[in-house]
Amino acid sequence: MFDKAFLEKLAEYKKKWEDEAKEIPQNSRSRFMTISSDDVEILYGPESVDMSNYMDKIGFPGEFPYTRGVHKTMYRSKMWTMRQFSGMGSPKQTNERYHYLLKQGTNGLSVAFDLPTLMGYDSDSDRSLGEVGKCGVAVDTLADMETIFDGIDTSKISTSMTINAPASILLAMYIALSEKKGVPSNKLTGTLQNDILKEYIAQKEWIYPPEPSIRLITDMMQFCSDHVPGWNTISISGYHIREAGATAAQELAFTLADGFQYVESAIAAGQDVDVFAKRLSFFFNAHQDFFEEIAKYRAARRIWAKRMRYKYNAKKERSWLLRFHTQTAGCSLTAQQPENNLMRTAFQALSGVLGGTQSLHTNSMDETLALPSEKAVLLALRTQQIIMQETGVTNTIDPLAGSYFVEHMTDKIEAAAEAYFDEIERRGGVLQCIEEGYFQRELAKSAYRYQKEIENGERIIVGVNEYVMEEDIDIPVLRIDETVADNQVASLNKIKETRDNDKTKRTLEELTECAKGNGNTMKAILDCVRVYATEGEIVDAMRPVFGEYTEPPMF
Amino acid sequence: MSLYDKFLDGSVIALSRIISHIENLRPGYQELLSRLYRRTNGIYRIGLTGPPGAGKSSLVNLLAGQLADDGRRVAVICVDPSSPFTGGAFLGDRIRMQDIPVDKGVFIRSMGSRGSTGGLAAATSNVTVALDAFGFDTLIIETVGVGQMELDIIDACDTVVVTLVPESGDAIQALKAGLMEIADVFAVNKSDRAGAEQMLYDLKSALEMRTEKSKWEVPVIATQALHKKNTEELLRLILEHKSFLETSGQLSHIRGLQLQKKVETVITRLVFRDISSNILSDGVLEKAVDKIMKGEEDPYSAGMRLYKRFKLGS
Amino acid sequence: MADKIRVLLAKPGLDGHDRGIKVIAAAFRDAGFEVIYTGLRQTPEQIVTAAIQEDVDAVGVSILSGAHMILFPAILELLKKEGGEDILLFGGGIISKEDMVDLKKAGVAKLYTPGATTTEIVDWLKSAVKDKKSDEKIL
Repeated sequence: MFDKAFLEKLAEYKKKWEDEAKEIPQNSRSRFMTISSDDVEILYGPESVDMSNYMDKIGFPGEFPYTRGVHKTMYRSKMWTMRQFSGMGSPKQTNERYHYLLKQGTNGLSVAFDLPTLMGYDSDSDRSLGEVGKCGVAVDTLADMETIFDGIDTSKISTSMTINAPASILLAMYIALSEKKGVPSNKLTGTLQNDILKEYIAQKEWIYPPEPSIRLITDMMQFCSDHVPGWNTISISGYHIREAGATAAQELAFTLADGFQYVESAIAAGQDVDVFAKRLSFFFNAHQDFFEEIAKYRAARRIWAKRMRYKYNAKKERSWLLRFHTQTAGCSLTAQQPENNLMRTAFQALSGVLGGTQSLHTNSMDETLALPSEKAVLLALRTQQIIMQETGVTNTIDPLAGSYFVEHMTDKIEAAAEAYFDEIERRGGVLQCIEEGYFQRELAKSAYRYQKEIENGERIIVGVNEYVMEEDIDIPVLRIDETVADNQVASLNKIKETRDNDKTKRTLEELTECAKGNGNTMKAILDCVRVYATEGEIVDAMRPVFGEYTEPPMF
Repeated sequence: MSLYDKFLDGSVIALSRIISHIENLRPGYQELLSRLYRRTNGIYRIGLTGPPGAGKSSLVNLLAGQLADDGRRVAVICVDPSSPFTGGAFLGDRIRMQDIPVDKGVFIRSMGSRGSTGGLAAATSNVTVALDAFGFDTLIIETVGVGQMELDIIDACDTVVVTLVPESGDAIQALKAGLMEIADVFAVNKSDRAGAEQMLYDLKSALEMRTEKSKWEVPVIATQALHKKNTEELLRLILEHKSFLETSGQLSHIRGLQLQKKVETVITRLVFRDISSNILSDGVLEKAVDKIMKGEEDPYSAGMRLYKRFKLGS
Repeated sequence: MADKIRVLLAKPGLDGHDRGIKVIAAAFRDAGFEVIYTGLRQTPEQIVTAAIQEDVDAVGVSILSGAHMILFPAILELLKKEGGEDILLFGGGIISKEDMVDLKKAGVAKLYTPGATTTEIVDWLKSAVKDKKSDEKIL
């Protein structure tokens, strides 16, 4: 971009400028660094970025390597989806909420399940004590899913389900309830989170060890390629990795490494990369360091495109695209002066948009204190609408491209991710790293370092270690009625009494056999779901074959 | 009611607090130990050692569960390293011991190594006395497992299981001599991994080449703690070693040797305590160092001079 | 020599968010404590059994799922039943002000919400443990 003579002259001038700048007293912070503890220079210029291969590195939106965005026209054609994740109490309450949302013009639903459902326990398990219906809706059998989607045409809406270890079971229930409505599986559209690898790394909602879990996923990918082509099978998630303490580079690297692992596993299972890859999408965190985050999203698209094309030999452009959902960083919110969280969330959301996200969830300001109140949820949504309608940032595509700093950061974070890929490879791959606790230890270390930086004053958090106020926080608390659990157990018991128990038992035994052999587990699970086997029973049917996961030692 | 009376009454929390007294060398702990020792019944002690990541805790988890199912009263001690700088320790072995049902009465105690380098904590064998006196009949001790030679276990156990994984090939090369001597049973865990066959073969050949043969032929077994494979067989081999010890008279031989060391340790500790309070008090040591630094004395004659003074004083 | 402070850290309930508890574990270790970590998804029975067997000075639990009003009281009750009522129970999580008042009344020694520093937690525990040393007769 610049000729050599110019750059040499520039270097000379910069030296002089730096010497002068050094003379000026700077504020007393000992380090200038990103939220990932990465040092930042005082100034970036043409010398900071190698633009000689502009077309290979940056290029145009909608064109390889997609650094500037996955679509040619980006937000001019299609705004990001404002996908606010929610879920509550009983299947009946959730059904009512969905009817309300659909009446308001929503065409996509996003189901939050409660913890027992996420962990594969029925509502009557000892393990579910105090948790039924708390963080989402409780689902035990097909009957619950039938209630949730009662009166809703599943051929007309797209449904996103945040579920991982038991994802096959919930998808099977969705397919089965649709069948009963006369909607064939090839008419269904939606997304499963279904990213078990990040569960071991960060979110910790696992059931089986990695290898059988990967098999469940590849079985489902095969099944969806054949029968549910409109389904996004995995939403490969960095969000939880970041929340667990990762730096931006770690979030990027570990998430993409997980993605490559799924690709490799599916290829190893004999599947065609150009058939399944277009059904993979991503889910990233939007943390507080504005430019670092934008660089992260841009680097993510570039790395994924290059690897999919050159390493995994995907031929179709659709397979090269990294499409992603963004959620603002829950871990950045403070319990102190909770209204400040509105501003935090707004800046984070803006970085997601400037980074070219396909959909966005903005957190509510009161989430560190309790489940979000209605007013807080509304303000979170309004934040997105203000960015979209008032700030003007959507007028032009990738407006920060060409910023010496942003391009430099994009290259730097890409290089950091590549270094992690090498390290993961050296340690024997993603599964091996999970087993020996490598990722978990890296995250724990970063989280501890971050905390120490706050405590020794190297890092200022407004309202926490500076600008502290005596305050009396009065936030209304949303409580989930304990009767939800009682009712859920009662209806579960009723199902167990009225279903054909011999048939259920036989079908579950067939699933156990299938798990032992090489059959497609997704098909066998679908059979169990149809005869009203409970989620817990289905999980238990595979447990003796697959074993149970235990977290590796921490330090 | 004193803590000791509650202990005799079968209170678990009393046992637990007595262990803390012993571990922290609180005043009167020797008297406590001597009373406890008189109530012991010769608890059978199994030791598990091996490099990090060998799955020791997972095996302990399964062995303890099986022993409890067989009606034994089982206790477990797991030792983890203490930081030499802060003295703090992260004791995380219980994470892997979740299968032991709470109601089976298995007692698990985690200990920081607190400065010891031989794989156990200094107080481990004294804690064994308390567990024995409480009525446990079987104890499993898991060593620190940081990948160095951890030989303390020979003095604290009857049967030593050395746990390895296919990946620990290099570790064995380094440790070969010692490992061969301390192992009564070898378990190659995670044996579904590449290299397991080779490791089993290597171990067996190394054992055959040993010049000093005992009547006990050290068995080598492939296990998979994750899939609960062959762990019952591992327990069978351990118990076989136990009966070998009992019938061959080896058990009382081993224990005799261990007691000899134990008495030595008690004496050493008392002498050391005397030395600390008699010679090393009042800045005597600092003064001696000062003299050495000035070139007026050397460390060896200073040591001899101070020791002589101690002997005269006592 | 003063006795080592021993603390049990555990996560009851089903949520797997262990960032906070791991940061605390590291801070406690660096403060010279012996930290027994029992991992995720511990039942109150498992937590109390471990606390008794390990003779800890305090039990720290982290609950982010909203099940705190059930789990804290369950742990307190079991501690009492097993004779460990002098073991301090403290915790952290997303806990409203009203719930905090109720839990403290029930006997929870200290509660922290997001934003608490490890230094304040370490200092609190050191002084709380010092205050409770018992003079129970040994023999």
